[in-house]
Amino acid sequence: MAAVGSSVARKDGIGKATGGAKYADDITFPGMLFGRTIRSTIPRGRIRSIELDFDRTGFTIVDYRDVPGKNAVDLMSQDQPFLVEREVRHMAEPILLLAHEDREKLAAARVKIEYEEDTPLFDPEKSEQVFKSIDIVKGDVVAALARADVIVEGTYRTGHQEHIYIEPNGVIAVPEDGGVAIHGSVQCPFYVLKALRCLLGSAHPNVRVIQTETGGGFGGKEEYPSMIAGHAVLLALKSGRPVKIIYDRVEDMIATTKRHPAIVRHRTGLTRDGRLVAMDIDVLFDGGAYVTLSPTVLSRGCIHAAGPYRCDDTRIQGRAVFTNTPPNGAFRGFGAPQTEFAVEVHMERIAEQLGIDPVELRRINALRPGDRTATGQILRDDCSAHMVLEAAVKRTDFARKREQYKGTNRTIGLSLFFHGAGFTGAGERNLKSKARLELTPNGVRIATGSTEIGQGTRTMHAQIVTDALGIPYEDVEVAQPDTSKVADSGPTVASRTCMVVGKILEECAHELKEKLGGLSPAEYYVRNGPLTVERMYEPPDWIQWDDNTYLGDAYATYGWGCDVVELELDPDTYEARPVKVTAVQEFGRPIHPALARGQIEGGTAQGLGYALLERVVMRNGAMANSTLTNYTIPTTLDMPEMDVVMLENPYPGGPFGAKGLGELPMDGPAPAVVNALRHMGLDVREIPATPELIAGCRTIA
Amino acid sequence: MRSATSLDDALRILRDERRTPVAGATDLYVALNFGTLEQKRFLDIWAVEELRGISERGDMLVLGALATYTSLIRSPLVARRLPMLVEAARQVGGVQIQNRGTVGGNIANGSPAGDSLPVLAAADAVVVLRSVDGERRVLLTQYYTGYRATVMRPDELIVAIEVPPVEGKQWFRKVGTRAAQAISKIVMAGVRSSHPRIAFGSVAPTVVRVSRTERVLASTGDIDEGAGVLAEEIAPIDDIRSTAEYRLRVATNLLRRFWAETS
Repeated sequence: MAAVGSSVARKDGIGKATGGAKYADDITFPGMLFGRTIRSTIPRGRIRSIELDFDRTGFTIVDYRDVPGKNAVDLMSQDQPFLVEREVRHMAEPILLLAHEDREKLAAARVKIEYEEDTPLFDPEKSEQVFKSIDIVKGDVVAALARADVIVEGTYRTGHQEHIYIEPNGVIAVPEDGGVAIHGSVQCPFYVLKALRCLLGSAHPNVRVIQTETGGGFGGKEEYPSMIAGHAVLLALKSGRPVKIIYDRVEDMIATTKRHPAIVRHRTGLTRDGRLVAMDIDVLFDGGAYVTLSPTVLSRGCIHAAGPYRCDDTRIQGRAVFTNTPPNGAFRGFGAPQTEFAVEVHMERIAEQLGIDPVELRRINALRPGDRTATGQILRDDCSAHMVLEAAVKRTDFARKREQYKGTNRTIGLSLFFHGAGFTGAGERNLKSKARLELTPNGVRIATGSTEIGQGTRTMHAQIVTDALGIPYEDVEVAQPDTSKVADSGPTVASRTCMVVGKILEECAHELKEKLGGLSPAEYYVRNGPLTVERMYEPPDWIQWDDNTYLGDAYATYGWGCDVVELELDPDTYEARPVKVTAVQEFGRPIHPALARGQIEGGTAQGLGYALLERVVMRNGAMANSTLTNYTIPTTLDMPEMDVVMLENPYPGGPFGAKGLGELPMDGPAPAVVNALRHMGLDVREIPATPELIAGCRTIA
Repeated sequence: MRSATSLDDALRILRDERRTPVAGATDLYVALNFGTLEQKRFLDIWAVEELRGISERGDMLVLGALATYTSLIRSPLVARRLPMLVEAARQVGGVQIQNRGTVGGNIANGSPAGDSLPVLAAADAVVVLRSVDGERRVLLTQYYTGYRATVMRPDELIVAIEVPPVEGKQWFRKVGTRAAQAISKIVMAGVRSSHPRIAFGSVAPTVVRVSRTERVLASTGDIDEGAGVLAEEIAPIDDIRSTAEYRLRVATNLLRRFWAETS
């Protein structure tokens, strides 16, 4: 029986189920110290003085002067210091590092810092410092708006969102052989490696990064681990001893990245019968105090801002701007959940204003193969917008229920959405990702930098190799990512691990099979010894992309989804309680149906939390509700019955037809929830739609 | 941390030393974890079996201070006499917290959001305090003097809660930040009788009985008038969990729902 398409046992299942799996905090090294980060307590200003008010015996103390290379996190821009030199730009910014072998002494150490305070900037609309601006222009939006029968305008807002991976950020730096090794909870070991090389400079050439078992990421361990790893390394090099830094939940929530808050404005021209003729969209993302990944988050947000709709004259203008808050960063969906929320709620308002059924409005405008997206990409046969829409409407008996629920406390709403898989535009070509297969005495080993962060990387990669090579699933092992031992397969982000890295592995397996010449791996190994096959990713040759105009083939393929949310509103407390969610999603083909379903269920839960519960309260530039008690993610009792439908429309460029899936489920729930509320007469244009917001919300006449 | 194995033992220790009694530690560990715990010396009373029982004494329902939420949920006596307390106990935390958290601890912790407190306030419950010098009884509604401040002396221990017979229909509603494992944004307990008794949590520094509202409802039976008085009688605040405006509006909604459902 083929491994692909069946829900085989997870490669990491037994270890996790029995408690044998080792997470960063489970690991100790002889002589290990514990590290602690002293952080700013103002959002903007300059350090005037630092006073160490404790007995320094046994302490290792590091400040910016201990940086051997460059005091800058090497990401898109090198503007963010590992340690503040003088200027503080946000709350909880790292200033000083302490290490000690006694955790209690470490926690008790007092550091007094005096500042000259400046007036902080918290409102992105007032920010004049732009990290990145993007203009996507197709056709002539001004002329098209002028000839439209109807113009509908609206402004939509989304808040911060916290990742709440179950394991907080944590690493251990271990000095070794004239260099240093990092063991840590990371999504992208090679990103950390790059950042450490910049931090350490040429004085420390030997650096390697090893991923420990990782308890979730959701983007929160994409760029941030470079920071904490840098801190641990600085302490380890100064003390000459291993140093472990594990954040507790409060520190993790206060100091690390969150989803970018967004303000999206739409001005849309239509014909009276509901055809889109012009979409003018303005996207504003709050980037926080440093650039980090904001340019690419903005890019993906803008590319998805027009939704899965056809409109010849489109203009999308986006900006990511500075504020004095901790930098916002990667989070499942990467800008698209914000902009797709806006366009989907806007579409509902358009339907309302034109007096057209919202499903019909989407039928009229949804993309079909041969249509052009906002970036001018001509879609191929793997475009499934109509397929998911029709399936969802039929399965939920949408029209009848919508009618039936009128005037009751129950309501129903939907959203249509899409998500580009892999890096944007020429990104995959530039990445030059590699994957490697190594023969073992019993079978083969997969050696890539792609990380298992709960989503099923090891299992799904092993399934692909199993079938491509025609050997038992049990004979395929997956190496722990160690940058000194595995191929750099690119970061584990952007819904690319199955579609892109899986594809390279499939090709590696085909090449290996040819080299084996009919022998089994074990037979070959006995006769000829080790054999390694390494290949680089070749994106489809038809991809054309212009980074200056943002026009062209933004993604090799897209996943498509339609979510239908039924909910009840409590008339006394204004709590909106989802009672059923139907998630119809097309992502090529599920390699592992149970894991794929898990991705959809989890992403939908995360999306419902984003829609209704998860509110980051910022006070003076810091998260005030930085506990799991006061920042509320959904519990099982908050989750409705979920009907997951996985439709197939294979993508020829993916392994066994698979597209990316990880982020797609995050895009749909929030607009579906808010559109359901709208059907009840509640004019919500902002998330989270907390009971407090709903209680004060305008009702639609 | 010292441990007491009997009530006498515990009271002697409290006479001689300043120690904070600890039962299930469900609130204390949270403060400890956040580094906000001020006390340093504790007395573990978890093993004091004589404080654990749930019984009837005369016409009083007597809840031992160490009665856990789980034991309240399972007690046929509580289900018969004070079903709204069972409802409140079910909505405290998760099963682990229900197994460890105690009714005495909920009172001692004194959070204005404590879920059992409006129930006990509406039921005219009496807190039984004991020291080596003797025992005294304080109405729960007179037990708190301010935010987490009480009339209890350092040498005293909450040993029991006495609940007189409750005439009339009981009603409870917790409005948390989510469906479970949530802290109350507003919580209400009500008893519908010729003189209705109504208490709220999370709308003031302490749990409150809304006596003006009760009087209006008792004399006029007019819920519109009652809701109007309630809106004047409570003055909730904005915090990280909710807003004053929301709390006020929902409080009046809950009052109306209580009135409609218990008529």
